[in-house]
Amino acid sequence: MLPGIKGGAKSGTARQAALREGGRVMTICNACRYCEGYCAVFPAMEHRITFQPDDLEYLANLCHNCAECYDACQYAPPHEFAVDVPRAFAEIRRHSYLRLPVGLAAAISVATFLAVAAVEGMIGHSTMVAVFGTAAVFVLAAGMIPLRLRKRAVLDALTLRYMNPEHDKRRGFYHHWAFYGFLLCFAATSVAAFYHYFLHYRAPYPILSAPVILGTMGGAGLLAGTAGMYVLRRDYSDTGFIALLFFTSLTGFLVLALRETPALRWLLAIHLGVALALFATMPYGKFVHGFHRLRALARYHRERALPTSES
Amino acid sequence: MTTDLHCDVAVAGGGNAGLCAALTAREAGASVIVFESAPRDFRGGNSRHTRNLRCLGPEYPEEEYFSDLMRVTAGRTDERLARITIQQSQEASGWMRRHGVRFQPSLSGTLHLERTNAFFLGGGKALLNAHYAEAQRRGIRILYDAEVIALDGPGGAVRVRGGEEIRFRAQALVAASGGFEANLEWLKETWGPAAENFLIRGTPYNKGTVLRMLLDAGAEPVGDPTQCHAVAIDGRAPKFDGGIVTRLDCVPLGIVVNREGRRFYDEGEDLWPKRYAIWGRLVAQQPGQIAWSIIDSKARGRFMPSVFPPVQAESVAQLAAKLELPVDAVEETVRAFNRAVVEGRFDPTELDDCRTEGLAPAKSHWAQRIDRPPFFAYPLRPGITFTYLGVRVDERAAVRGMQRIFAAGEIMAGNILGQGYLAGIGMTIGSVFGRIAGKEAARAAGH
Repeated sequence: MLPGIKGGAKSGTARQAALREGGRVMTICNACRYCEGYCAVFPAMEHRITFQPDDLEYLANLCHNCAECYDACQYAPPHEFAVDVPRAFAEIRRHSYLRLPVGLAAAISVATFLAVAAVEGMIGHSTMVAVFGTAAVFVLAAGMIPLRLRKRAVLDALTLRYMNPEHDKRRGFYHHWAFYGFLLCFAATSVAAFYHYFLHYRAPYPILSAPVILGTMGGAGLLAGTAGMYVLRRDYSDTGFIALLFFTSLTGFLVLALRETPALRWLLAIHLGVALALFATMPYGKFVHGFHRLRALARYHRERALPTSES
Repeated sequence: MTTDLHCDVAVAGGGNAGLCAALTAREAGASVIVFESAPRDFRGGNSRHTRNLRCLGPEYPEEEYFSDLMRVTAGRTDERLARITIQQSQEASGWMRRHGVRFQPSLSGTLHLERTNAFFLGGGKALLNAHYAEAQRRGIRILYDAEVIALDGPGGAVRVRGGEEIRFRAQALVAASGGFEANLEWLKETWGPAAENFLIRGTPYNKGTVLRMLLDAGAEPVGDPTQCHAVAIDGRAPKFDGGIVTRLDCVPLGIVVNREGRRFYDEGEDLWPKRYAIWGRLVAQQPGQIAWSIIDSKARGRFMPSVFPPVQAESVAQLAAKLELPVDAVEETVRAFNRAVVEGRFDPTELDDCRTEGLAPAKSHWAQRIDRPPFFAYPLRPGITFTYLGVRVDERAAVRGMQRIFAAGEIMAGNILGQGYLAGIGMTIGSVFGRIAGKEAARAAGH
């Protein structure tokens, strides 16, 4: 028995160890291939004979952590080969996403806005634009990945094709709520910005206006989706990101509900603080998984046109 | 003997055959207990390592299926039982589908089976997960770590984890506990000490305990007691349960030498899927039950990647030294082989005209000089898949010579598969006779 095939080798950095384990597991999977009907990871694996860090990070981002292959694996622990593909890939992803302490970022942001609210009495529009404009530049500069998209990849992403195993569709269900909720909130903000700058139509908007309707629907989706995902959370779920989405939405509803009261100033400060924390930590947390996954799916659909390594 | 268990139908063995029997008996109204000798994580016997079953289809008619079976068994089959298996194969796979088993298109590397075999999505363990989930939904009791150690008619005793023995009483018993391929002592009865060097490709739990008890109690045997299905697998595979990833498909692309550095059989006799099953026996007959497949860099990428990396060297002499083989003998074997190679048009997908001339043993196809470094070697050992000895059954799956005892799966596959192997037929026999045994056992129990 060669040491490389059994698990347990440990040395080097955590990232190197994660990549080594990923390579070991993929070598076993590539000699088995029973799981190739489950998702895109295994057909992509079959294009390869060796697994370099780039290959493994790509495969890790194709994996949607549904665990069907783990349940089906005759080599899963306690078998001595100890194959656990979702875990190995989650570990690789963990090291490919930079992380910022979400709690710290949230605390700093909220404190900043509370201070502004205390000094200014009310947070002015120009303050908001300045702060969020800076954050937006920061997010973009921090490296949104250039994407070469394919229609099939976008469809796979929008339908969460690989996150819906037969045995448990709940994760995909809640993710849909959260994702489309997020998009609706984004749409609400965009419409409001359009009103503000081009129609010179200022907030607050009536209940039956597009920004409020879109924001309410989106906020409800975010609350339901993130709450569900928190309850179902699996190993390596980024609870910080989930919590920021949840609280951004929750404080948004409070601002809406109490906007005629004196509490508005403080609630708005808290809401903006949480939203800024969400924004600021985006490049360093789970948020980027969307781009990584989309990029992996796009690469997968490009590669499908190529012949497999097997002759 | 603290507890007594009572049920209508007891099933010994929790693989595909046992679970098909249990589900069918339960659906007929019987109360059912399954005794699975493995712990839950390793449940399901060798079904865990399977991936398809062979079944009739629009392009695979009964006569072709039957003639395939006649060809591999050289006629050693009970035609009545074989026809039942074949005729009910399609119905059995449909029944499995309705019970939550998912199928998928043929896997890559097995395209030649697309017409004849239905593949389980995710393989045999996924199939078992579906069976067990269904069994749980239907109120079938499963005991893990429970080996049947005594039989008394359809009842008997099981030993559970911790050594406690529990008696069970049943109206009917289904024996679906596989063969004895994991019982090295039993294998030694035929193979002698050489069996110590055999690797067991599947579960360590197929000890043949129930099979031996049935034979001792007067069940009529079937199948050659000395034979087992043995393929050549990577010699570095674990002793048990290495499964599919230990296979080596490179034999026809190079030469195979034994511990003395000599070739001993025609590596290019026929296409590998038709020959891999004789190489287990061939290696078992070599000194030390070991051999090495040697290829050069021309062969790389032409076979399914193996899970173990090859031993690699820049010259044949260095390779032999790394393998601790007699260097001169290996070099001479390679030289003689290279001299005998006749140039031809190499085509790994058919019986090509690349062969040797004046060499004994010859290499009939795919003979290419071993001359382009680096050179690679993989160790080969016999990997035992299953044994042929079983109990004779009738068309109701009833064990001949016993009352209210039925058999399904590998323990009776020898009725149909007297020798050889046909990909996926083991699972077909298990599914078809599992269902028959379950129905008949329930009937014998008054349902």
